[in-house]
Amino acid sequence: MSSGMSVIVRTVTRFTYALIIVFGFYVIMHGHLTPGGGFQGGAVVASAFALALVAFGTAGLKGALNRHLLQSLEEVGALAFLGLAFAGVGTAFFYNILANSGSVFGGSDPAALASGGVLPLMNWAVGLKVMTGIASILIIMVIGARKEATE
Amino acid sequence: MKKALTVAAFLLVAAFLVVAATTMRPFGEPSHSEMDDYFLVNCQTEVVANNVVTAVVFDYRGFDTLGEATVLFAAVVGVLALFRTVREDER
Repeated sequence: MSSGMSVIVRTVTRFTYALIIVFGFYVIMHGHLTPGGGFQGGAVVASAFALALVAFGTAGLKGALNRHLLQSLEEVGALAFLGLAFAGVGTAFFYNILANSGSVFGGSDPAALASGGVLPLMNWAVGLKVMTGIASILIIMVIGARKEATE
Repeated sequence: MKKALTVAAFLLVAAFLVVAATTMRPFGEPSHSEMDDYFLVNCQTEVVANNVVTAVVFDYRGFDTLGEATVLFAAVVGVLALFRTVREDER
């Protein structure tokens, strides 16, 4: 598993890795305008991590893709989501405090990128949580499978 | 006694299914769509978002998304508990 796959797969992965991540961030970012959202975009980004794990093996895990960073980022996403939900607790849990408020995300044009109140922020929080959660599941399982294979 | 209980439970469930099937609304013709119409009419003015699905998932029914996020967290914790014996490969 640590050796990775053939040079063809590795070369194609180098081309498509960044494109998949950019597309996933696009889906998260435009979640309140176009089909998609935090869950879907996060899954797309996590699929790029899965592709890198399959193509390069566990050798690609040395850098930023380590498990503790991913799990910390997952907590950050979950706490940001809950914090945004609690921000509206003066009216109701999950009340959209920023919509129609006239601030950055509170404009009145529903087609603008900075619209939707707390929706884009929640999309980012959930997207961060999903991409890091699925990536850490994959990494834990790959490490566990390699340990099983060497025993 | 046990057989009679089984037959009674079978008949009860069968009757429930038959009644449910006969009183079902015709497919594609919901008679109660006030909530759908409310979302479609008021989404752009209340939430100021063009994607009604995202508005429902993150605003009108945020609890649903909170539950989904909790399911993902439980999945991560479950996988971690399953492979927890790995010590020297931990990063």
